Amino acid sequence: MKLTLKIWRQGGKYKGEFVTYELPNVNAHMSFLEMLDVLNEDLVSRREEPVAFEHDCREGICGTCSLVIDGRPHGPWKGTTTCQVHMRHYKDGDTIVIEPYRAKAFPVLKDLVVDRSALDRIIQAGGYVSVNTGQAQDANAIPVSQEDASKAFDSAACIGCGACVAACPNASGMLFTSAKVSHLAMLPQGHAERRKRVLAMVAQMDTEGFGQCSNVKACEAECPKEISVDNIARMNREYAAAVFTSETAM
Amino acid sequence: MYFLCACSSILVTNEKLQTHSDLHMSWFTKFLSSSIGQKWIMSLTGIFLMLFLVVHLIGNFQLLKDDGGDAFNAYAYFMTHFPLIKVVSYGLYFFILLHAYKGIALWLSNRKARGPQRYAVQYSRPSERQSRNMAWLGIIIFIFLLIHLYQFWLQMKMGALELVDVTAYDFQVYNLYAPVKEAYSQLGYVIFYVVCMLIVGLHLWHGFWSSFQTLGVSHRRYNGLIKTIGYIYSVGISLGFAIIPVYFYLFIKQ
Repeated sequence: MKLTLKIWRQGGKYKGEFVTYELPNVNAHMSFLEMLDVLNEDLVSRREEPVAFEHDCREGICGTCSLVIDGRPHGPWKGTTTCQVHMRHYKDGDTIVIEPYRAKAFPVLKDLVVDRSALDRIIQAGGYVSVNTGQAQDANAIPVSQEDASKAFDSAACIGCGACVAACPNASGMLFTSAKVSHLAMLPQGHAERRKRVLAMVAQMDTEGFGQCSNVKACEAECPKEISVDNIARMNREYAAAVFTSETAM
Repeated sequence: MYFLCACSSILVTNEKLQTHSDLHMSWFTKFLSSSIGQKWIMSLTGIFLMLFLVVHLIGNFQLLKDDGGDAFNAYAYFMTHFPLIKVVSYGLYFFILLHAYKGIALWLSNRKARGPQRYAVQYSRPSERQSRNMAWLGIIIFIFLLIHLYQFWLQMKMGALELVDVTAYDFQVYNLYAPVKEAYSQLGYVIFYVVCMLIVGLHLWHGFWSSFQTLGVSHRRYNGLIKTIGYIYSVGISLGFAIIPVYFYLFIKQ
């Protein structure tokens, strides 16, 4: 099939603009990223700068791929990362607009690549549990109920791709942060640092330049792992509980 | 001093937070200036205003009694003279201003958080129509409120109204019923009022559920109930207020 791509180019000779590319021969079995690979191969053969985009596992689990495709992070299909979008969803003659994530907290590095290290810094602030070194504990030493385990797992499914920030009209980082806070708050292993964690992670989120959540729920709709906004309510609760009861300084 | 400090923190927006997130701030000040604390301010003031709307609507229903304004004027006197309600009303003015100020400040800082470059393709779902436009709806409501206060509340406070007898008191009270009836007899005003009430309804459609979500009141068993009550509430408030001028225009003879 024949496709027209409008791709954001930034860096090098491009000041930050959309460049239109025609792809005359797109195979319906290609993935979206393979389609971009074909474009880049063509650009390189013509001695032009290839389009920079991020990718790693290409099986929807690493959270490296991003892209805003026709106004939607990871494209128009529910619960899918960009690498899992296939060209069979498009038809001959379609025009596809591809943009990087837009958020003050995610500056564009080049073309479609943005710096998402703000999310890493939120994790560093408290998205961990402290464990003693030495012999590994017996796997069943700490009892966890099946309900808690599956709820925590639902939150832990977040791959940290940042689509929630990209989709949010306020560029808020709350779905990501709340998924990480919730994941550990619901497990006994995370209990010891529960209060400290939520205070530290929210404080870090606030310094990164994200907007505030206004409960639009665009994040939930676009999340490739379908993380629920229930997590945000839980974080709000955890944070208030920590603020009003924690005996250590904030 | 402590109180002043807490008050000033209510006005702090997120950008300022980065520069003075420090030791001399009390825990409470820090909470109110954090992203979640600022949401809490919106939520709590919003809940207060939602309760106020219920009281206001019950009061307005006095207008539907076909008694030439007797019950309504007595109610208006009670609301402006009963000490407890007077105290609450000062809280009300403050919370309206706080809700409006904070809402606009958050809206502006949230727009900034998107960065200088907007998306070329804007996508939104129909279900997000209200939530994405809360600020615009709020601004229209605020303008309506200014007109509304000038038209009725200020007239009474300035003593521009005549005095009438009511059955509830053995002295004369201001005849607030007169300007209300006058306003409701003009078709243009009735349409303006009904449109504004529709906008209030849209604001509440998102606001009701949203205020609970922000406070962390979210539970699989009750979420459906909270949303349903919110939708009934917003339709009820919107329709309840709107029906009064329509009724006056159609059925009350001048």
